[in-house]
Order: sequence, then C-alpha cells, then structure tokens
Amino acid sequence: MIKFVLMVNRRGQTRLSRYYTPVELSRRAALEADVVRCCLSRRKEQCSFVEYKDFKLVYRQYAALFIVVGITDKENELSIFELIQNFVEVLDKYFSRVVSSCAIMFSLDRVHFILDEIVQNGLVVETNRSRILTPLNAIDKMSDS
Amino acid sequence: MLQHSYTHTAMSPSVPLQEMIRAIRSARTQCEERGVIQRECAAIRAQFRQADNGGRSHNLAKLLYVHMLGYPAHFGQMECVRMIASSRYSEKRVGYLGAMMLLDEKQDASLLITNSIKNDLSHSNQYVQSLALCTLACMGSAEMCRDLAPEIDRLLRASNSYIKKKAALCAVHIVRKVHELGELFAPAARSLLSEKNHGVLHGAVVLITELCERSSESLERFRKTVPDLVQIMKGLVISGYSPEHDVAGISDPFLQVRLLRLLRILGRNNETASDAMNDLLAQVATNTDSTKTVGNAVLYETVLTVLDIKSESGLRVLAVNILGRFLLNNDRNIRYIAMTSLQKIVGTDHNAVQRHRGTIVDCLKDQDASVKRRALDLSLALVSASNIRSMMKELLLFLSSCPPELRSQAANGIFTAAERYAPSKRWHIDTILHVLITAGGDVRDETVPNLIQLITNTSELHCYTVHKLYRALLSDISQQSLVQVACWCIGEYGDLLLRGDCQEVEPMQVCEDDVLDALETVLQSHMSSTATRGFALTATMKLSTRITDNVDRIRSIVSIYGSCIDLELQQRAVEYNALFKKYDHMRAAVLERMPVIERNSSGLINGDPTGEPVKEVQPSKVKTEVSLPLPQAADQTCDLLDLLSSSEQQPQSPPAAGSSILTQPLGTDCSAGRDLLDLLGGLEPTPPPTAVTVYEKDGVTLTIVCEKQSDSAMTVTLTGFNSSDCDVSSFTLQAAVPKSVQLHMKAPSGDSLPAGGAAKVTQVVLLNNPNKVNLKMRIRVSYSCRGSTVQETVQVDSFPGL
Repeated sequence: MIKFVLMVNRRGQTRLSRYYTPVELSRRAALEADVVRCCLSRRKEQCSFVEYKDFKLVYRQYAALFIVVGITDKENELSIFELIQNFVEVLDKYFSRVVSSCAIMFSLDRVHFILDEIVQNGLVVETNRSRILTPLNAIDKMSDS
Repeated sequence: MLQHSYTHTAMSPSVPLQEMIRAIRSARTQCEERGVIQRECAAIRAQFRQADNGGRSHNLAKLLYVHMLGYPAHFGQMECVRMIASSRYSEKRVGYLGAMMLLDEKQDASLLITNSIKNDLSHSNQYVQSLALCTLACMGSAEMCRDLAPEIDRLLRASNSYIKKKAALCAVHIVRKVHELGELFAPAARSLLSEKNHGVLHGAVVLITELCERSSESLERFRKTVPDLVQIMKGLVISGYSPEHDVAGISDPFLQVRLLRLLRILGRNNETASDAMNDLLAQVATNTDSTKTVGNAVLYETVLTVLDIKSESGLRVLAVNILGRFLLNNDRNIRYIAMTSLQKIVGTDHNAVQRHRGTIVDCLKDQDASVKRRALDLSLALVSASNIRSMMKELLLFLSSCPPELRSQAANGIFTAAERYAPSKRWHIDTILHVLITAGGDVRDETVPNLIQLITNTSELHCYTVHKLYRALLSDISQQSLVQVACWCIGEYGDLLLRGDCQEVEPMQVCEDDVLDALETVLQSHMSSTATRGFALTATMKLSTRITDNVDRIRSIVSIYGSCIDLELQQRAVEYNALFKKYDHMRAAVLERMPVIERNSSGLINGDPTGEPVKEVQPSKVKTEVSLPLPQAADQTCDLLDLLSSSEQQPQSPPAAGSSILTQPLGTDCSAGRDLLDLLGGLEPTPPPTAVTVYEKDGVTLTIVCEKQSDSAMTVTLTGFNSSDCDVSSFTLQAAVPKSVQLHMKAPSGDSLPAGGAAKVTQVVLLNNPNKVNLKMRIRVSYSCRGSTVQETVQVDSFPGL
C-alpha cells in the first residue's frame, strides 16, 4: 500500500504532497523534511530504495524534481519504481511539455486530479496513460466550451 | 498580528493563484512569507463570507496551496462543504479535493458531506460519481461506509468500467473500515473477474486480495478462482503486442504483479492451489523479458510467489537462479532487492543460495551501503565448515575497508563464525588477532575474556601467541581490546617470550627491559583506558616472578602507582606493594600460572552489573571444584585466599560490586584491605581461620568460617555462594545446635544469589558453649532456583579453628 506521495525540489521545498494514511498536520512538515533529507543525501551509486523507520521509500529524480513514494513493506519496490515513471509520463503528456517543479506548482489542482486517477486510497487504480487522462480531457473540453 | 499588513501595498482581493505563488516565492525570509500568507488567508476568508461569486474554486485552490505549505487552513472546511453541494462541476471538483485534503472523519464537517456524497453517487455524470467514490474511499467513516455500502455494491455490478474500477477500490476502503461488509462484496468481486477492461480487473484483483487477507473463509472461497486467475495471467503473458497495455514490451505489468500477489496469497500453505499455478509460474519466469526494469518487476514478484507457496523444488531452484542473475545486473536497485530476497530464504533454501555464494561475496565490494550491508548478512549466513577459510579471507578483507557503521557487525559476525567453524586453534587465534588489530575498537566486550580463555586452553600455542601479541603491541597500542589481551598474555607467558625460541615466528631477541618498556608505555599512554592500564599493571606485577634481573624496576613501577589518582590503579599498586613487602613469601605462589579455564557459558561477566568492559579475566567462571593455582606446600596462602574469597578469585580480580568484605580479594577499599591484612598479620602466630565448604549442590555452595572469641563463645560466619548460571532467590539458612549451646543468628546480608557469583549472602551466628559440649550444628539450607525450591539439611560435626 502506498502511504504518501511527495514531490520536492532540490532545495527540499514541497511541491506536492498527498497522504493516504492519516498523518497530523503538525507531523507532516517534520516527516517531509526528514524524508527529503534522507533522499537528497543519497549519492548516485546508491539504490533508489531506502529503508525508513518501519516502511520503505522509493524515490526518483527528474532534473530538479524528486518524487518520493512511501510504501509499506509488502509492496513490490520495482513496480512502484515503474509507477513513478508512469506518473511522470502522464504528466508530460497532459502538460505537453517536460514537467518541472514550477509547472506543478502553478497547476497544483490538476496534478492532484491526475494523481487521483492513478492512485486511490493508497492503491493503484489505473495505469493506462490514455485512460487516466480521458476524464481530465473531457472536463477540460466541457469547461472550455 | 494583522495590523502591520495594512502598511503594505493593498493587493486586490481575488488575486489569481499564480500571483500568490509568486508573492510567496519572492518572500525572502520565513517571517515575510508568513506575512504574505496571512494576508492571503484573510482575503480568502473574506471571499468565503461573501455570497456566491465566480472565484470560489480559485480561492479554495489557493487555500489548498497554503495548506500544503503547512499553514492552518481549517477555515476552508465549511467552504468545501458548500462547494461540494454546488451544481457546477468545477466547484464540486475543487470542493471534493479540498475535502480530501482538509477533512478527515474526525472533523464534524465531514458529516455534512455525507448527503452530498450519497446524492452524487447516483449522479448522471460519471465524473461526478467518480468524485464521490474517490472522496468516500479517502475519508469515509465507518457509519458512512455502512450507509453507502449497498450503493457501492450496485455500482460494482451495473455501471461502466470507469465507475466499476473506482467502486472496487472504494469497496476496499469500506472493507477496511467495517470488516463484516466483506461478505457483501464477495459475489460482485467474483463476477468482476470476467471483465475485459484491465482497470476493472485490477480493481477486482485488489478487492479480492483485501477480502482474502481479512478472513479465512473468503480465502477458502476464492481459492476456487485460481484457475481463472491463471487463465488471465496466461493471456497477458503469451498475448502478442497490445498497444493499449504495453509498457516496454510487457503487457500490463502492473496487473501481472497484482495477479501474482493474489496467487501467492491463495497458494500459501495449500498444495492443490500451488500445483495449479506451477506451470504458469514457470512460464512467466522463463518468458518474461528481463532487460528492462518492468520485466524485472514481474520476475521479482514471480520469485516472491514461488518461494512463498508450496512449489516443487525445480521451480524453487529456478527462482533462486533468477535472484542470482539479478545479483549480476548492472542496475543497483535490482541487486539490492535480490539481496533482500536471498536474505529471507537463506534459512530455508540454504543449498540453493550457497550456489551463488561467489556473487554474494563480490557484492561486499559494491558501492552502495545498503547492498554491502545485505551482502555482509548473507555472507555470514553462508559460512560453513567447508568454506570457512576462503570466506574468512574475504570477510577479513571486507573488514579492513568497510564503512564504520558495519564494522562492529562484521567483527562480531566473524568471531561467531570463527568460533563455530575454526579448522584449527592456531587459525582461530590468528583470525581473532587479525580482527583485533583491524577493528579492535568495535568488538563486543566479552571478546577479551573469551579470547583469553581460548589462549589459555591452547597450551601448545602459548609461545606463538605471546610472540605475536608482543609484536602487535609494539606496533600499535590504540586498540584497547588488543592491548588488554596482549598485556595479559605477556604477564602470564612472559617467560616464554623472553626465552625467545619459537619456531613459528621469526626469531626475535626480547630482553626483560624491552618487555617492561612496552608495558610501561601502555601504562603511561593517554590512549590507554583505565581498564587497560589495570591489565598492564597486573602484567608487570606477574612478571616479577617470571623474570630474574629487573625485579627492582617492577618494584619501583608498582610503588609509583601507589599514589596514582585513579582509585583502581592505586588500590592495585598498594596491594602489590604489600605483596612485595609483607607477603613476599607468598608472591611466587600468588602469581603463578593460571589453570585451564573451563567455560561455563559464554559471555558471563562476573561481578559487573553495569556491564563495563571486563577489567580482567574472571576466573569465577571456573567451577568451584577447580583449585587455585597454589602449591600445596603453602597452606597458609591457601587459607588466606580462601578466607578472602570463597570464590577462588585471583588477587588481581577487580572488586565485585556490592559484595561483602569477606569476599573481596584483598579488600574493596584500601583501608578495609589493609585492615584485613593487618588482622591476618596479627594472627600470624596462630593459623588463620579456614573456610570449610559444608554444602554444595548444582553450583550453590555454603561455607563456614569459625572464629573463637573467648573461652566459650565463637562466631560462625556462613557464606552462601552461587556459581551456577541461574539465579537463586529466597536463600535462607536455619541452624540448630545441641541443647546446652546458645545460638543467636544475626540478620543475613540478603537472600538472593545472582548467577555467576556476582554477590554472596553472609550470615553471622553467635554461639555460646558454656558447658563445653561436643559442638555440632545442623544447618538447613533452602532456596529457589529455576522455579523449584530446594531444601537440604547438612550437619557440621567439626569446626575448624576451634
């Protein structure tokens, strides 16, 4: 099960955060800072899976953007690794340009909607790129017209 | 708080999101940022209070951004509720998103959206339905779930695939919240397996997984679906290229992974189910393309499944071979998970993992710290009698270059392995020495006494060992454990060192001055800990009987430390001084060679409840039967030491915390010690009182010491001691004497005897025998040990010393 999805820039500022297990607001900032510190301090030769407290982190770096997914022990790390790639490809397709942390910031709600189409209450719901984007495209068309 | 914001340029109330973000980003300090945000929040609040306007969703979006930065945004909750109830889709959308982020079931506001969710679930627009489903799945309370479960079930059966897949995941949340409702969804879940749409299939598989994990009846029921699942999986694996689901050449790998996981749950502990999947698993294992990560993800899941169900051995070997192949992969992520999986199965499939030992040992040199750690764990688990020599070579190589956080684990692992599989004693000693030289600071504290025990027991290698240790000491005195062992050995076997003739090492002429120089360097070095200096001092003292020329030098060293600031060293020095002066006749006997130490159990540290580094080898591990290394001729010394310590401790041993004076070898504190010695000095004309063992069983002993106080009165001191390895409690003594003798028992010092002789119990009995009858005493000993009570009676007929 996925516990949370975070997108942070290289300076450690959160660009997107979504929690699938209840975490108090006061604890969120500390958790995010700690997790980010963990991932940002990893060197190139180290693998993308980190054992953190009693769960695991899977992270990937895309230019200046880090995507960190916290998962429980039972989850297949490699498949989550691929899921992150899938997510980024969907974002690229929707925004029709390479995703950067600024782009995410300015269309935060849209990114949340896309994420909702992929992950629902901690479980993967759809992985097909076009099917993920269909509802969003439909809504966009509706609101444009 | 808001006052100072008025001095800033007034911003238009409904600033677009981008503007706000730019303003926040341009804030140079935290304080400035807080100011900007407070202003924005105030504006948003004002906006919320106004009637319906077009910018509502905008404001909420801004609020969500602020919330993500960590600022409180609870005042937006009601706005979310209002927006969810709106008829405009864009507002509903942001409202639901806000609800998911700002609300949880503990908030009161969440109750207010129950109705909206209920209505929206049957909305005509599927996107609205999906919003409601998503929100319910995210934060639905138990009551909401109970209320809406039938609706979800309906959606699972009769709607389009988009809704079905979302409903399936919503059902997962409901089952998590209200376990009993699992029954409700089981039939629908079953029927969803025949859908073609992968999203729905995925949802169905996830739902079934959840149901099976929750209840064993569901697990039984869904086992019947194994053939169907196998069919679906086969379809994915053998099917040709399908553009819809293709990810790097694999057809819907995410669904494959999910199916494999469900098969794992269903096949666990069940022969029939496992048999049904054997062929499929073999097919997936061999056909999946492993050049890309996706393929490896599927292979990984397959391996996990094979190893968890009751698969046939051929399949297991195939799985382990896949893991072995992963170890050689360039991608470090894959190496890491291969290691983790091998770790889990090294216990059960030991032989299969052994085949990949070479690769695993190579991974000790990997760059990644987590891979290194895993490799170390695995290597230690794979050590066996047949490969000990080659493995140890690799492990020692690793130890010299490993990262500091792994050092102690490596050192301790090496010790355990060496202990279990050492092909020869000399190899064992060499290995331990090597570890101490490389990583002496990271080893556990028991290593020093364990090593000393090992050395003592290998009498044929004493000469070799002491030579090697001496050389190590000359080159480096910073590793405390090594220095302690070296000092001890030099003290014990100094004569062998000075004799200089050892075939196994290159000849080196060592003279007495050199040895004393080395020990003095240790004593004076600031790198040596107190314990180490204690070792060195004692070793110097022991050498006084083993060397011939420089005894004066030793005498002077010892007397210098008589005024050392450190209490421990001062005490020792004073005791040794006394040995030189008053008890010179005893010195040779006291400092004689140690006997072979028998091991009761490893890791027993005597008399040190705080677990500090062992200061000296603890001969109390010796069974009470083993006699002191004293020549039979010196009866006085026997008696003296018996009196001083019924635990046969060497005079060099440090004081055991909390024991009574009688058990302290030569006294806990200087004054007491000196008094005792003076007492004995005064008694010299008459033989000193002896301690006689009157009772001994399973390591628990009782000794008595008698002292005549006057013509008819005497004191008998009963001392209980426990050298076994289980604690004794409720230790009580009762005594009976002939009728005419008066008996008065004083309060005992305690009633518990911890294992290993850490403390004793003493009880003083005053006897008055006016009629001078033949004195006999019956003593009843009762205590509990290992949960059972022991009660014994002994009769003492003769009292020595009378």
